[in-house]
Amino acid sequence: MKKKQLFENAVQAIFLLLGLVTVGCVLLITVYLIVSGIPAIREIGLFNFLFGKEWASTAEEPKYGILPFILTSVYGTAGAILIGVPVGFFTGVFVSKIAGKRTRAVIESAVNLLAGIPSVVYGLVGMLVLVPGISKIFHVPDGASLLAAIFVLSVMILPGIIKVSVTALDAVPKEYEDASLALGATPDETFFRVSVPAARSGIAAAVVLGVGRAVGEAMAVMMVAGNVANMPSLFESVRFLTTAVASEMAYSSPGSLQRNALFSIALVLFLFIMLINATLNCFLKRNREK
Amino acid sequence: MKTKMKKMLAVFASLLLIASAFTGCGQKQQVATDGSTSMSKVIGSLGETFEADTGISVTYNATGSGAGIQAVLEGRCDIGLSSRKLKEEEKEQGLQETVLAYDGIAVIVNPANPVTDLTLETVARIYRGEITNWNEIGGNDAKIVLIGREAGSGTRDGFESITGTKDACQYRQELTATGDVITTVASNQNAVGYASLASVKETVKPLRIGGVAPSEASVKDGSYAIQRPFVLVTKKGTALSESAQKFFDYATSQKADAIISAAGVVPVH
Repeated sequence: MKKKQLFENAVQAIFLLLGLVTVGCVLLITVYLIVSGIPAIREIGLFNFLFGKEWASTAEEPKYGILPFILTSVYGTAGAILIGVPVGFFTGVFVSKIAGKRTRAVIESAVNLLAGIPSVVYGLVGMLVLVPGISKIFHVPDGASLLAAIFVLSVMILPGIIKVSVTALDAVPKEYEDASLALGATPDETFFRVSVPAARSGIAAAVVLGVGRAVGEAMAVMMVAGNVANMPSLFESVRFLTTAVASEMAYSSPGSLQRNALFSIALVLFLFIMLINATLNCFLKRNREK
Repeated sequence: MKTKMKKMLAVFASLLLIASAFTGCGQKQQVATDGSTSMSKVIGSLGETFEADTGISVTYNATGSGAGIQAVLEGRCDIGLSSRKLKEEEKEQGLQETVLAYDGIAVIVNPANPVTDLTLETVARIYRGEITNWNEIGGNDAKIVLIGREAGSGTRDGFESITGTKDACQYRQELTATGDVITTVASNQNAVGYASLASVKETVKPLRIGGVAPSEASVKDGSYAIQRPFVLVTKKGTALSESAQKFFDYATSQKADAIISAAGVVPVH
């Protein structure tokens, strides 16, 4: 009996340890980012860093203003949401309420596949198809632009939005819909007047999830956005917060202000993501309370 | 009983796995190199022949010149690889450089572009944004799309310092890999980019600079203007491990010249 007790305790200790690994990782990353991100902000000055319009990290007189990156990330994400959310949301409504069993299975497996495609593949397809396409359609000299990044991001956030919306819509009690139909509403009216409002906060969570994915994406964006530190404009080459870190990290010399400034960008990005996560949690909590 | 056996077996198997993960190191002699992505081809072929000769394997971590230099500094690798000369501040930290080879940087355009020959000064003016249309230099009436590499890239540093366009380039795109530059130039008729001579493929057309086509011969005799050193970085005053020293001697010996040339760059000898 005692032996069994001991075994139980040991197993519990192991699981606790494993659980703590995750917590430890988060703490470690947070502390590391803050510790290595603060010095450069101090040296450059918070205002100059956040609101400087020019980034020239390897110039003789280096400039470290990340406003272009922040705005690009905000605009890029907003654009992706603008395209991705309607498409994802209506797909969600279709899959959850209208589609037959077979159609639903086909769409759902396609969505799962889409979610499983590595971001570098999105980037590659974007680079070889989308970028030359934009250049041809809009008669601009080069297609690598904010617009290309928005298109790629909106496809990338689709699976998340669809899946979460479907889950939310599936969870709407059937009685609500039955009641609506019984009162003489058409199916379409029922879906949009009854089901969707009932699943409101779940759908909001889907949007926030999409924002999180879009803000954090680096690889695919790096391959289609051109990566020049311009102020954002639809057909101009732009650099996102993520790509600013990723593109210069490999070559920045250790301990330099450039390297430290990259950590500071990562810190800003991290705060963005934290904010988004907090919003997401807020929505989910409200959802649960209802 | 059966499940117990199974459990035992699982534990045993995982222990074996863990043990095998540890035996990977130390058993075989290794030379660790780390750094410039442009040097992958030359280090790869040197490492291969070196391993065939001596049985010592050479690992190569393609992280970029800056990261390679840091790795040497922190003792994470034996030899750092840099596709630019060391900066003064890096030398002050106790590092020294040995030039392994020279690499020509080709200025590349789309094969459909009629322009074939530019002077170094014209290339510089294009990249500074003073010439913006191909028709100013004998091409089609189309805007020039400038493709470059990210800040800190050895190729960009090499190109900008040779052409005298440091911090003045009006890039349309800053890409993070040689392959991306080539792909982008190959897919845009009006693009111009630069890339290591060794990695240039048939999908793009290297321009002649001042009448000299980029080639091993023209880089070696110095007539091709845009070229840069490939450097082995080591710590001053710290002896290399026996196997690393062997590899270092081998790579810088005349014996290695044939392999270095086969990798598309020009040996120093």
